[in-house]
Amino acid sequence: MTSTQLHLRGGSTIPTRDPAWLGRLFWISLGLVVLWPLGVATEFKPWVLLEPQNLKISGQFLAGFWPLVVDGSFLQMVARETWRTVAIATAGVTLGLLLAIPLALLSTRVLSISALSGRMARWPFWLRQCTRWILIILRSVPELVWALVFVRVVGLGPTAGVLAIALTYGGMLGKVYGEILESGETHATETLLRNGSGRLQAFFYGLLPTNGAELTSYTVYRWECAIRSSVVLGFVGAGGLGQQLDNSMKMFNGGEVSTMLLVFVGLVALADKVSSWLRRSLG
Amino acid sequence: MNLQLEGVVAYHPAARAGAAAALNGINLHLEASEQVAVIGPSGAGKTSLLQVLACALPPSGGTYRLNGVMPWQLTRSELQRLRGQLFLAPQVPPLPPRQRVVTAVLAARLPAMTLAASVRSLFYPSDIPGAYEALEQFDLAEKLFERVDRLSGGERQRVGLARALVAPAKMWLIDEPLSALDPTRANQAMRTLVEGARQRNVTLVATLHQVDMALAHFSRIIGMRAGEVAFDLPVGQVSRERLERLYEQHSAELRGEVPAGPVDIPSPPAPVVMHCR
Repeated sequence: MTSTQLHLRGGSTIPTRDPAWLGRLFWISLGLVVLWPLGVATEFKPWVLLEPQNLKISGQFLAGFWPLVVDGSFLQMVARETWRTVAIATAGVTLGLLLAIPLALLSTRVLSISALSGRMARWPFWLRQCTRWILIILRSVPELVWALVFVRVVGLGPTAGVLAIALTYGGMLGKVYGEILESGETHATETLLRNGSGRLQAFFYGLLPTNGAELTSYTVYRWECAIRSSVVLGFVGAGGLGQQLDNSMKMFNGGEVSTMLLVFVGLVALADKVSSWLRRSLG
Repeated sequence: MNLQLEGVVAYHPAARAGAAAALNGINLHLEASEQVAVIGPSGAGKTSLLQVLACALPPSGGTYRLNGVMPWQLTRSELQRLRGQLFLAPQVPPLPPRQRVVTAVLAARLPAMTLAASVRSLFYPSDIPGAYEALEQFDLAEKLFERVDRLSGGERQRVGLARALVAPAKMWLIDEPLSALDPTRANQAMRTLVEGARQRNVTLVATLHQVDMALAHFSRIIGMRAGEVAFDLPVGQVSRERLERLYEQHSAELRGEVPAGPVDIPSPPAPVVMHCR
């Protein structure tokens, strides 16, 4: 009897060792070997955080965030800027929708009439392909870059933020809408098209009721992302809570920063609630 | 609407190269407002025949004429207009689960509605009495404002059939309308369809697994086997021996022992979705 196998009567054995173990060990080691140069390239040394001098500096920095600033005029300003942030995100996403919905409808294969019977015809195919490329271009430029461009064009303020969000989110929403429409059940839509209805009619009576809940919940999730990114855009002068956050950071006023961060957590939590409520009522 | 098939050959859209044809040289003439039942064992090509008739599947050989016109030579928009005159009811009822029954029924009318009218009908159903009447004929009137996902399988199938009654079509192509219905309901549904087609002067082609139903409700029976028309006869001449020959090696289906499961045309698998959004 060896140490790894227990012999039973009749010669059959009870395995005591996992046969996949060696392979797993190999892949883990290989992963570590591959990660090592990456760590070197990024100067990944987390232990410098724990050096006594650095600990003291981080402590002072964090202590600056307390106490929260809650005086009346500051809170009033925060409320105003919060409202402006929500407005930037909402206006941006709404403008983005104006861009995303037509592009998604143009790009989705499910609404192709020629693809009902075999291959899609050439022109519709290239039209859909071009729409996809437009969507890729729109969303591959980060909103921060768009914001920097628009700040030059329309000046400091929320308009630049709205336009930047509209362009990037139009691309993002359009692409994902197209994917959602294609990944769902298409039987109803196809039958409507086969029975002679138009593409938009088939969309309203087949695709939309099938995928409506998913589309809505994704839109609300993106709206939440837009709130977060409108704060980042504020740092480059596109208005809203982000701009105030930037100011307070530059003045080393930690209390104001932490008050605004708390408002932020509240906003995101609220968006989460709205999203789950919408999903429930549409599901 | 009359139709002519001459030597029509067709393949499943997802068929591999070299696979047997789903339809192999079909000849068929139907006069306007004629009613026929298509019977035959599973895999005989019944569904493919309906797909060809509905202008959903282009034949790869032979000619297909609808009212003397070859549909596949029309432009795409003309073809789509022509499809509006054909009503194809697939075996699995094509109803979005979250739609209300009234909307699902009225959806059959889309080809005759403008886009504006169809969007308006989403906010307020354009013809509630019409949908009610159609559903009533299938004993479903009380389900008018229910959601589709609250219905049983048999009820959904009957909603799918009720659509035919409101469709602006000149030809009904109905695939296995009775597969999810009990015998009483099946009889009633079949009677409603045959009667409805007669009143509207609509050409009716129904594929059926239940041979007795076909013999009871139709005057002309087409037997299909292995992609070919085995016989095309008035109901009086469909003898016991013919049926047994048609269902050779499938005799369980003839006796009705095997419930007719859905025999869909295999569609190409849906693309895998990246969920990194």
